[in-house]
Amino acid sequence: MAIDITKIFKKKQTEILERWMQNQLADAGLREDLMSNEDLRAESEELITALVKSLNDKNLSDADSGDFDHVIEILSGISISRARQGYSPRETGLFIMSLKQALIEVVQDEIEGPKELVEVTLKLNRLMDSFSIITFETFIKGREEVILRQTDEISEISTPVIRVWDGIIALPIIGTLDSARTQVVMESLLTEIVESESSVAILDISGVPTVDSLVAQHLLKTVSATRLMGAECIISGIRPEIAQTIVHLGIDLSGIVTKATLASALQYAFRTLRLVVKKEVKAIS
Amino acid sequence: MKQILNMITATISLNKDHMPVQRDQDVVPFRNRVKEYATKIRMGLVNQTKLQTAASELVRNMLRYGGGGEILIEVVSRGRDNGIRLTFSDKGPGIADIAMAMKDGYSTGKSLGLGLPGTKRLVNEFDIKSELGKGTKVVILKWANG
Repeated sequence: MAIDITKIFKKKQTEILERWMQNQLADAGLREDLMSNEDLRAESEELITALVKSLNDKNLSDADSGDFDHVIEILSGISISRARQGYSPRETGLFIMSLKQALIEVVQDEIEGPKELVEVTLKLNRLMDSFSIITFETFIKGREEVILRQTDEISEISTPVIRVWDGIIALPIIGTLDSARTQVVMESLLTEIVESESSVAILDISGVPTVDSLVAQHLLKTVSATRLMGAECIISGIRPEIAQTIVHLGIDLSGIVTKATLASALQYAFRTLRLVVKKEVKAIS
Repeated sequence: MKQILNMITATISLNKDHMPVQRDQDVVPFRNRVKEYATKIRMGLVNQTKLQTAASELVRNMLRYGGGGEILIEVVSRGRDNGIRLTFSDKGPGIADIAMAMKDGYSTGKSLGLGLPGTKRLVNEFDIKSELGKGTKVVILKWANG
């Protein structure tokens, strides 16, 4: 005797929703700050309606069936939007897993024969598990998108060239200098030298945590390229511990003008351009 | 590996940590981990920077020539002194001539050729073992007040 599970679910749709909502609200980790209960209910109701509509006796044991496309679409949408809003995996997982609980509870009330009950429960379990997997996959994909976007943003903000004075530009480097970043730094520095007709460029490495031989090599290359453009390049922001490390490492920076602070580099630049900064002395009347 | 034990001072290992390094992106987290350990044993800022730079050189070598590998971070102690020992092992092609590789300005790549000799100057103890076709193992040790 086949039990018409579809009919049961259609009949009990409201009850399932109620139980599901109860399960979700009962969890201590519910994020009322991120989503109101009304929105949660609307989301849940949409999913349950789609599920009940597409569920039939044949596809109960086949989660890959095309009938579930709409359900999966809704599920993925919810999962991705949750990933972007900053939900934890636990909260997102709970959303779909508490539905499983609600469904099984309803089935338990309706089916009496233990054999049939086990059979239906197992099938339901498998179906809901594959939905859970889909939820997690899309959740992680959503998170990865966030990470990728941040990577793009970071590389965009990382190399601003500043016109400090007429003919003087400065480029603060923050973070580690690898080959890819050196390329970006060098390109924007050289372009800016041409555009602003600058003759002094200051590279500030206060924000570079470690200067190893690779970073030094990249710095040397940038300085040589700047010189080829006819501009003088000063490296500033060399901290005491970095200076000692560079000496021990054996990196030869003696051909380059280096300064401890950006201020002293700027002073040096003023001197080369024969500019004088003076304190105004007011005449005492 | 017996020779390493002879060359590096006998010590008591207090704390161990393994860290695999496979990609360029692993360099910064590794350096931060080293810094964490160094801060824990109250290593001075200069020594910390030296150790970090040495670690950075070796990990870059490992990625570039050895195709990645594994690093063992250990907090060691000898009498009243605490220090950090790093063991870099890779399964790369190995170094053909270690004596040449330890010379300033020698590089088979297009780098400055300061990585290995510079690292040796930055740390208290340094040992390198390499077998062609099998891999390279570098051990460095930096004392908190050394």
